[in-house]
Amino acid sequence: MVYPLCVLLFLVGLYGAMTQKNLIKIIISVTIMEYAVNLLLILIGYRAGGIAPIIDRTYEGATFTPVSVDPFPQAMVLTAIVISLGVLALLIAISLRLYHRYGTYDITEIRRLRG
Amino acid sequence: MNLMPWLIAVPLGMGFILPLMPKRSPRISDLLANLATLLLVILSVSLLGKTAVYRVGGWEARVGIVLVLDGLSGFMVIIVAAISFAATLFSARYMDRYTARPKYYGLFLLMVAGMNGAILTGDMFNLYVFLEIAAVASYALVAFGCEHEELEASFKYAILGSVASCFVLLGVALLYATFGTVNMAHLSEKIAVVAPGTPAYRVSMFTVMLFIAGLGMKAALVPFHAWLPDAHPSAPAPISAMLSGVLIKAIGVYALVRVMFNVVNVAEVAPGMLYALMVLGTLSMVVGVFLAVGQWDFKRLLAYHSISQIGYVMLGIGLGTPLGILGGLFHLANHAAFKSLLFLTAGATEYRTGTRRLEKMGGLGQKMPVTAGSSLVASMSIAGVPPFNGFFSKLIIILACVEAGRYGFAAWAVIVSIMTLASFMKVQKYAFFGRLKEQWVRVREVPFVMQVSMVLLAILCLGMSALLLPGPKKAFLDPAANVLSEGKDYSSTVLTAQTTGDQIVVSRDMGEK
Repeated sequence: MVYPLCVLLFLVGLYGAMTQKNLIKIIISVTIMEYAVNLLLILIGYRAGGIAPIIDRTYEGATFTPVSVDPFPQAMVLTAIVISLGVLALLIAISLRLYHRYGTYDITEIRRLRG
Repeated sequence: MNLMPWLIAVPLGMGFILPLMPKRSPRISDLLANLATLLLVILSVSLLGKTAVYRVGGWEARVGIVLVLDGLSGFMVIIVAAISFAATLFSARYMDRYTARPKYYGLFLLMVAGMNGAILTGDMFNLYVFLEIAAVASYALVAFGCEHEELEASFKYAILGSVASCFVLLGVALLYATFGTVNMAHLSEKIAVVAPGTPAYRVSMFTVMLFIAGLGMKAALVPFHAWLPDAHPSAPAPISAMLSGVLIKAIGVYALVRVMFNVVNVAEVAPGMLYALMVLGTLSMVVGVFLAVGQWDFKRLLAYHSISQIGYVMLGIGLGTPLGILGGLFHLANHAAFKSLLFLTAGATEYRTGTRRLEKMGGLGQKMPVTAGSSLVASMSIAGVPPFNGFFSKLIIILACVEAGRYGFAAWAVIVSIMTLASFMKVQKYAFFGRLKEQWVRVREVPFVMQVSMVLLAILCLGMSALLLPGPKKAFLDPAANVLSEGKDYSSTVLTAQTTGDQIVVSRDMGEK
């Protein structure tokens, strides 16, 4: 049930990135796509009723792995979130500069390049 | 000592030191950046012909990251290092017009670090990370001038690039969900035993499609090429040279063929995917050259030719025969040399005349002999005129098409080559030959270091033809082509190197194969 919703979220983001006219809305759409992929990664490592992958005194290696969720995708998602944060910051900086130059956030009016 | 990790550490470290340098004494940053790229050239050449595996932080492959140096990645790092060196040399004077030079070099080296990382990594998720490092640095560099066009191009490029990265990350996630690992060698082992028709097989095929879409966007294959003609001309000239010369190859073509040949080994499990590469390649070749012919903006014309030439590379590699792969890789190296040289000469003319419109130039060859000469060499190389390198690689690709019985593809390759020649005759005629226009009588040749950088690349354009002689071919081209044509050997090579205990470096002469 959650997986189709995750795919739907991805497609919503893709659709938004293709059709939106406003720079900020395009940025939001791309961010939605990134979140959908991050969510998928977390879901891959999830197991129903699993515990957080933090070893403490009550568990040892052999008893820990069957009950915990997979920590590996979580490590990947952390990295992916940091990367998308960097991209997001850059995109917003560029769109602010664009606003200063063109006085609009509408991409149909920001058209100097063609050919 | 294992020198391989330094290929990433040197540009990454220098990329963070450089922005701290004082703005008022730009020569310090020039010197440091050039030293870093020169060091990269020396390092990459000294690693030629070695096979090595390096575990980052000493972790085992299941949880840790491995860096892998083999024939193909050794070949790619040399190309990246050589072009970066030429570009930093050129930047020393070209960037006089811009402020914030330390930041420029910082981003530049960050991009180089990202490319080297993407080339050397043996881990799918790490590939994504390095891809993003290179891509984010390049978005910022395209916008470096902060004028209307630059910002617009950069925004377009950044959005499409982020969407592409999402596809790549989705592919990596699906691979992990199915096979439980992101290590390329382990994945390759597991995918090799998957039977056609099973869910795991379908997932891996879907993943390959995601990678074709995502990495094809980074390589500017034709349905995904819309950002390139805006982004590449808008950047400062040395950056255009880097983007067109190596970036689209390192994080586009290289990453795609590494996944397709070494991780999934499509040549055996799904030859249809290779046919898709050939079709996309031919489409890029034809569409790119048609769009280029009508262009009057010097750099925009070159950008369209990049799309077209990447098509040749993809066609050659997509053939999947040893000769085709050899031709494709050789053309990749050649294109890096002549396309970056063309962008540098376009930058040099812009530096002196302030325009990129071909019809406004004219007779510049009389005033700027070095620029005109090196531009002529590069134009003849890209058009495929015999003594120059472009001729040989195109010839190999066309011969490989004929050998494989793909006569239609061979015919298109010939037609596109002729149109390329026509297009570059136009460039030469309008920009450098003909009567000198009155407004350009006071134009002078560009500063000395810029000349040096262009002449170096021009010599490379001529000298690379010699790579087809038996000796250099065995040392440089054959190991790279073997990695792809013997795609399934990748996992065993890497895994044996991994399991040799504490001896991390395994050197072997790849040329013997």
